[in-house]
Amino acid sequence: MGTPVEPQYRKRIGYQAMLLGGFSILATVMLVAGNMATKDVILERQKEDLLASLEEVVPAEHYDNNLLDNPLQLERATGDPITIYRGTRGKQVSAMAYEMSSQGYAGEIRLIMGLDAQGKVLGVRVLSHAETPGLGDKIEVRKDDWILDFNGLSLGNPPREKWKVKKDGGQFDAFSGATITPRAVLKAIENGLVFYKENSAALLQPPVTNTDTVARSGVNNDE
Amino acid sequence: MSSNYGRIAKDGIWDNNIVFAQTLGLCPLLAVTGTASNGLGMGLASTVVMIASGLLISLFRGIITPQVRIPVFVLIIAVLVTLVDMFMNAWVHDLHKVLGLFIPLIVTNCAILGRAESFASRNNMLPSLFDGLMMGAGFTLVLVLLGAAREVLGSGTLFANAAMLLGSWASFMELILIQDYKGFLLIILPPGGFIVLGFLLAGKRFVDRVLDERKRLASKPEDSAAAEPT
Repeated sequence: MGTPVEPQYRKRIGYQAMLLGGFSILATVMLVAGNMATKDVILERQKEDLLASLEEVVPAEHYDNNLLDNPLQLERATGDPITIYRGTRGKQVSAMAYEMSSQGYAGEIRLIMGLDAQGKVLGVRVLSHAETPGLGDKIEVRKDDWILDFNGLSLGNPPREKWKVKKDGGQFDAFSGATITPRAVLKAIENGLVFYKENSAALLQPPVTNTDTVARSGVNNDE
Repeated sequence: MSSNYGRIAKDGIWDNNIVFAQTLGLCPLLAVTGTASNGLGMGLASTVVMIASGLLISLFRGIITPQVRIPVFVLIIAVLVTLVDMFMNAWVHDLHKVLGLFIPLIVTNCAILGRAESFASRNNMLPSLFDGLMMGAGFTLVLVLLGAAREVLGSGTLFANAAMLLGSWASFMELILIQDYKGFLLIILPPGGFIVLGFLLAGKRFVDRVLDERKRLASKPEDSAAAEPT
């Protein structure tokens, strides 16, 4: 074969170690440089993404502020933190959006829902899921407009016992071949509406500079 | 040590195709080929990584010793994939939203390591770069074929969401072939990927056999003509 004869020094352990070490350092330098070059841009893009998904679930006529201003931190019933982005008009909270999630057919389904001040659904969009392509992914608005059926609904409309897919005796359509996915989405939205009901005092507290403390005491009073 | 570019191209696209001939890279292959557009995106991203890794590894081949070559190759490929991921996230963010999920999968594509080992580490920069391009093109071809077959059979569309991948000019490619198609779940799920891949592999063998046969028939008359005068 045409393999060139290896110089003796290259067979030493030291050379091998240096080689590996050298490449590791090179890799580290490249990754750090890449990260520094892209970090701010990526953050900016993620913020735009967040704002874009917020604007999708809260129509523009419901607020006149920047939705990313003064996000409110509360706790879910499970104790996990939840961030609420609020739209205001005048000093009053006029709309809000937050994330909910539930277990779908294949992993977690994360969705963001927008509500007006009365707790009526303004819009729901799925942020991420791992449902079966072609079946469960009809919960995405760009594949199917099923998710738009929730606009305008609230906890009492339809009544709680109707918050189910038709197969379970409720009023919502499921897709042919996929029942678990719509069931999970329904559950998440229902939980989101329950969250609104249980925390509405805190949620509707007008945002002030130190929003957090005011909002938290609001929760305590409510309880 | 072939630096014959025609040979490299033929190897990459057909004779030594990553999937058709080597049956490598099946993990990303089966994971993303639910639609033709996804296959195309994954193919393009893999091609970029293969070109860059071919280039870098052929550049460094003089100093890398056989004993530590594998960890060094793995490191180089992993760094490249991570960089591609970060750059795409920052500067082609919309494309990244579609492909972002698949990009880390490129690391699991042993074909890239395979080419680094069997070609880039033994050849000069330009042939290695070309080999990366051609192997990538061959891989992309299979991904698109498999994606298209599964998409048509499984959901009745072709190149759905191509506009998200390539920009709005590509929306003419998005076809709905079968109206009100209920979908064929098996084809979309991973087992369907294996089944369709099996048919594609069989099809490749068949084409090869027909070509062989034709070659044999084409050369036969000459043989007999040459034999006749005696």
